[in-house]
Amino acid sequence: MAVTQKALPLTEEPLDSEFLDGVLQKNEYDTENVIMILQDITARYNYLPEVTLTYVARKLNIPISHIFSVATFYKAFSLTPRGKYIINVCTGTACHVRGAEKIKETIEGRLHIHEGETTEDLMFTLDTVRCLGCCALGPVITVNEKSHGGLDRKKTASLIEQYEKDS
Amino acid sequence: MSRLENQKALEGCRKKLQKQRDPKRPVISLCAGSGCGAYGTDEVKDALEKEISQNGLKGKVEVKVTGCHGFCEKGPIMVIHPEGTFYSQVKAEDVPEIVDETFVKKELVERLLYKDPVSKQRVAKEADVPFYSHQYRLIFGNNGLIDPTNIDDYIAMDGYSALAAALFNMSPEEIIDTIKKSGLRGRGGGGFPTGVKWDSCRKAHEEPKYVMCNADEGDPGAYMDRSLLEGNPHSVLEGMIIGAYAIGSNEGFIYVRNEYPLAVKNIDIAIKQAEDYGLLGKNILGSGFDFKIKISRGGGAFVCGESSALMRSLAGKVGRPRAKYIHTVEKGYRDLPSTLNNVETWANVPLIINKGADFYSSIGTEKSKGTKIFSLVGKVKNTGLVEVPMGTSLRTIIYDIGGGILKNKKFKAVQTGGPSGGCVPEQLLDLPVDFEKLTQAGAMMGSGGMIVMDQDNCMVDVARYFLEFLQEESCGQCVPCREGITRLFEILTNICAGEGKDGDIELLEELANTVHNLSLCALGGTAANPVLTTLLYFKDEYLDHIYDKKCRAGVCKGLFYYEIDEEKCNGCHVCFRKCPQEAVSGEKKEPHTIDQEKCIHCTICYESCKFDAIVIK
Repeated sequence: MAVTQKALPLTEEPLDSEFLDGVLQKNEYDTENVIMILQDITARYNYLPEVTLTYVARKLNIPISHIFSVATFYKAFSLTPRGKYIINVCTGTACHVRGAEKIKETIEGRLHIHEGETTEDLMFTLDTVRCLGCCALGPVITVNEKSHGGLDRKKTASLIEQYEKDS
Repeated sequence: MSRLENQKALEGCRKKLQKQRDPKRPVISLCAGSGCGAYGTDEVKDALEKEISQNGLKGKVEVKVTGCHGFCEKGPIMVIHPEGTFYSQVKAEDVPEIVDETFVKKELVERLLYKDPVSKQRVAKEADVPFYSHQYRLIFGNNGLIDPTNIDDYIAMDGYSALAAALFNMSPEEIIDTIKKSGLRGRGGGGFPTGVKWDSCRKAHEEPKYVMCNADEGDPGAYMDRSLLEGNPHSVLEGMIIGAYAIGSNEGFIYVRNEYPLAVKNIDIAIKQAEDYGLLGKNILGSGFDFKIKISRGGGAFVCGESSALMRSLAGKVGRPRAKYIHTVEKGYRDLPSTLNNVETWANVPLIINKGADFYSSIGTEKSKGTKIFSLVGKVKNTGLVEVPMGTSLRTIIYDIGGGILKNKKFKAVQTGGPSGGCVPEQLLDLPVDFEKLTQAGAMMGSGGMIVMDQDNCMVDVARYFLEFLQEESCGQCVPCREGITRLFEILTNICAGEGKDGDIELLEELANTVHNLSLCALGGTAANPVLTTLLYFKDEYLDHIYDKKCRAGVCKGLFYYEIDEEKCNGCHVCFRKCPQEAVSGEKKEPHTIDQEKCIHCTICYESCKFDAIVIK
């Protein structure tokens, strides 16, 4: 699986063991729930801070290598910090044939980052996703949970501008 | 609502619910599927509730927020029952007029009715809209009538009656026999007979056994599984419970993509409600049969749609497939017998039990029975979810239901079956769609994505696109898939960049065959399909790219340029204003020209010209 993450300086997240214990408890301290544990951690930090992974490995009594293998295999996870706004450009087939590439180029040009990268101020991360299942809206992007459809270059540029203003 | 202790209690509950519902009472059904949701269903709903209470209609008119109706192109969609009045592209501003006309003046809001693009007539009723009238919606039809977060809606529409019939009137063997006779085949892609799969799992010696629902819908351009889970989750649960009883399993899983938050939410609510009613959990309907279902959210890996990879992922591991000679029905999740079926397959089960194997097998073709939901997307006028009997022709689906090609451009191909599928060209438009016919054409059914492409799509670029996808999604454990796909992708990228050379086509074919024959799992086994079908049907486009360095569709940068047709250009100045490079020059009302030195082939002028005066050379 291709890893296209720009190396950012590792940030020191303080360990919040109360939060992590809560996550582990919700997932019944079950090794089979590792993926969902990592999803819960991502929901809070936007990425997987190293300190959380070592803590989870110790509590579940599994090798840290197992956690890393899962964390690097699945697309939902990142080991480097991501932006406040995570932009996912849908590059599913329907969006592709309707011009998703142009939308991606527009965002790249505006934010000066490439796919998989995060702006230096940690405001935006640009990623792609293969089909969000709202093909009628294509080309479509999501910014965090919100979808924006029927885009062209102009609409994309003003949308990003709006988020820049809000940030 | 209290727990339903037995079959009689369920029937009593159903009668009571049906009695409470006055069929003449107006119900406004509002689509809140992910498509319509993004268009603004929430605002429409708020406006409706406000308007209804202001007009003193509270309690007299019900607003029902439902799952996906299918006609995503025209969202947000509103259907007013019992008349079946169909309003599309409804905005919050339209709501006062709708409420006033419909309930006060008893008139129609003409401008919001669907306008038939051919006859230019307005169509008042949902059932008469061509998009729906050519469909046969056995599985998907209830989506527009049910509030997915309310189990009572499902029960009132005969929900869970198939479960009761299976538990109390049928033996597990009889259920499996019925499914076998119905001819139901897996809707996730492979088309394996569902009854045979269940039978093997039932006969496997080890215990416990597991039942799973594959909702890791990964094929780009396919979203019927998501819409079923969002819009009618109980039909999937009911199918799973019947399957579990037939197989002899007490534990099940739904493996669902994390990118589908609404589906996760609705299925979670559905499980809790079914448990409260005693339709799930211990001693279901007092039959003595126990079954519980857990939701597992996927981590975003396409390969996890493969059965053995999915089962490893369920166990919290990396989702790498294993060789197929070990069957998951014998050694699957936790190395124990496991039955995995796709969302749509499960949703077919209650229908078969209720209506019987003979009814079901009377629909479809010789070897493919029942209906199939397709997601019709891409360059087609009516994007949406379409349910038709197996054997319906591509032409009916794309032209009668889909309304033809966007902007009336020329049809080029339809891509079916996701990344593992293939491109079907114009000469095969009359192909009756079933498992066999699509495979013979070099494509496959897959989960039912249909991506329509027109003259502006480059088929070499399409092949490159799918190989890029598969290259990223290959798990990397076997060499033919990992290396083979990467090399195929490299060659295609070179061809698209104008660096194709003599011998590339032969090399593509040789590599494609190696990847096909030697890969471990179906991802690699079918990865070459996009290359092979485009080579088969669109070889001239490859030759154009390699030898003439031309991309006639105007997609591959550097292999085409734009020119203005002086005869067609009327000097409207639109391209002049829009060009970001200031490459267009010319006086108003005089033909313009493009400075090739400055042009970056960004497509803006081509897309904005209303007179087809900008041509690809």
